[in-house]
Amino acid sequence: MKKTILKARYAVISFIVLIALWQLLYTVSDFNEALFPSPFKALRALIELAADGTLFRHIGTSLYRFAAGYCSAVVSAVLLGLVLGWFSKAFRFVDPIVQLLRPISPTAWMPFIVLWFGIGDVPAIVIIFIAGFFPVLLTTVAAVANIDPIYLKVSRSFGIRQPQLMWKVIFPAAFPQIASGIHLALGTSWIFLVAGEMVGAQSGVGYLIIDARNDLRTDILLADIVVIGLIGLILDTLLKMAEKRILRAWGGAA
Amino acid sequence: MSLIEVKDAGKTFARDEGTFTAFEHIDLSIERGEFICLLGPSGCGKSTLLNAMAGFDLVTSGSIEIDGKEVCEPSDRYVTIFQNYGLLPWRSVQKNVELGLEQKGLSKAERAARAAQYIELVGLTAHKDVHPRQLSGGMQQRVAIARALAVDPEILFMDEPFGALDAITRMKLQDDILRISREQQKTIIFVTHDIEEAVYLADRIVILTPNPGRLKCICEVPLHGYRDRTSGDFLRVRDKIFELFHMKAENRIEYFI
Ligand SMILES: Nc1ncnc2c1ncn2[C@@H]1O[C@H](COP(=O)(O)OP(=O)(O)OP(=O)(O)O)[C@@H](O)[C@H]1O
Ligand SMILES: [Mg+2]
Repeated sequence: MKKTILKARYAVISFIVLIALWQLLYTVSDFNEALFPSPFKALRALIELAADGTLFRHIGTSLYRFAAGYCSAVVSAVLLGLVLGWFSKAFRFVDPIVQLLRPISPTAWMPFIVLWFGIGDVPAIVIIFIAGFFPVLLTTVAAVANIDPIYLKVSRSFGIRQPQLMWKVIFPAAFPQIASGIHLALGTSWIFLVAGEMVGAQSGVGYLIIDARNDLRTDILLADIVVIGLIGLILDTLLKMAEKRILRAWGGAA
Repeated sequence: MSLIEVKDAGKTFARDEGTFTAFEHIDLSIERGEFICLLGPSGCGKSTLLNAMAGFDLVTSGSIEIDGKEVCEPSDRYVTIFQNYGLLPWRSVQKNVELGLEQKGLSKAERAARAAQYIELVGLTAHKDVHPRQLSGGMQQRVAIARALAVDPEILFMDEPFGALDAITRMKLQDDILRISREQQKTIIFVTHDIEEAVYLADRIVILTPNPGRLKCICEVPLHGYRDRTSGDFLRVRDKIFELFHMKAENRIEYFI
C-alpha cells in the first residue's frame, strides 16, 4: 500500500509539471485561443462533457468495443498460437502469410471494413482485433517454441500426452512470455480503437475527436485526448496487476 | 533373466559435418534391485546411454531391453530424475508430486494422500504448499525424487542428480537415496563423474571411456550393507577405481576387488 502511494507520488508530480508546461506554453505563445486551449479551458470542457453524460456514454461504447475486439483477439491468438507453436512444421506455412499481413496497418483495411460491415460497432472491433491478434499470435508461437525441453521430457516420462500436455504443461510454461505479448497488444489495440472510431463510427472517444473538430471545439478535442490517454494508462495498470497476480499464483518470481 | 539387458548398443548422431558416435559396443546386464553407477569423464556418453535406456533417445545399433521388451519410449515404470530437477515452477510441491499420479485414474483424495506420503518420505511435509522457487536446490531435488517414487516405478534413472548441490547437501541426499533404494527395492541407474559418490552408492560401477564411449570395465563394490566414507574398505575400493581411471583402455574385463 505504501509502495503504491510512493509510486503514485511520482505520477502526480510529473502530471503537475506537464500541466504547468502546458499552461506556460499557452501563456507565452500568441496562438488564437480557439486553436490552442489552456488547461483550464480543457478542464471546463471536460466538466461540461461529463455533466451531461455524453462523455461517459462515449467511454462506455468505446470500452465495450475494446473489450470485444481485444478479448476475442487475445483468446483466438493464444489458442491458435499454442497449436501452431506445437505443430511447428505447420507454422512454417502460416508464417509467411503472417509476416505479409503483419506490417499492414489495421487502418488500411478500414475502407473494406466499412464497405462490408457499415458504420457502427463492428469496424472498430475488427480494427482492434487485427491490431491485437498478430503480436499475441507471434509471441505465443515463440513462447511455445522456447519452452525448456526438460518440461517436455518430464511429461513424457510420466506419460502425459496431448491434449493434457497443452494445458498442464505447455500453456503454463509459456505463460510468462505469452503475457508479455498480451500486454504489448493492449497498448496497440487501444491506439487503433481511436483510429477505428474516427473513421467507422458515430460514437466513442475516437468519434468524439471528429465531432469536436467539426464543431471547432479544440477544448473538447484536447479534453478527449487527455481522457483517451488516461483510460489507456488505467487499462495498462489493471492488466499489469492481473498479470502479476497470476504469475505469483503460479510461483513466478514476481 | 536380467531386468535390463543392453546388447552391443551404440548411438550415432547425425551432425552437419557427418556422423558422431557417442558410444558403441556396450554390453551390460542389470539385475532387479541393483544400484548401478555409470562413471566416466565428461563426454563419454553417460547421459546418452541413460537417455537410451529411459526411452527418450533410442540406440542406433544393438538393443536395450527391459523385462525382455525392447525399449522404445519412456514409461512411468521407469522414471528419470534430472540434474536440474525438472520441477514445474507453477505448481506447488504437492502438485508437482501429484503430476505423475494424474495419469493413473486415482481419485483426488487418493492422489493427495499418496503424494503426501512420498513428500513425507523425503522429509518435506512442512514445505508441501510452497512453490519450487522457494526451495533450496537440495530440497528441489528431493521433490523430484518424491515425484518419481510416487508413481512407484521399478527403475529410477538418475543423471548426475546431485551434481548441482554443495558437498554437504549432496552427502545427505546420497544417504537418502541409498536408504530409499533399500526400503523401496528400486533398481537405480545413476550417472555420475564423482568417483567417491559412485563407490559410496553403487553395487556395481560401470566405467566408460570416451571417444567414442566404450565400456572399460564393470566393477563390483564389495561394501555390502552399511557404508562408511572413512572406513579402510571404502578407501581401498576408491583407490582401486582411481587406479583404473588412469589405466590405458583395455577391452572389457569384469573386475572383482
Ligand atoms: N543430440 C546430440 N547430437 C549430437 N551429438 C550429441 C547429442 N547429444 C550428445 N552428443 C554428443 O555425445 C557425446 C556424449 O554426450 P553425453 O551428454 O552423453 O556425455 P556425458 O558423458 O553425459 O557428459 P557429461 O558428464 O558432461 O554430462 C558428447 O560428445 C556430445 O557432444
Ligand atoms: Mg551428462
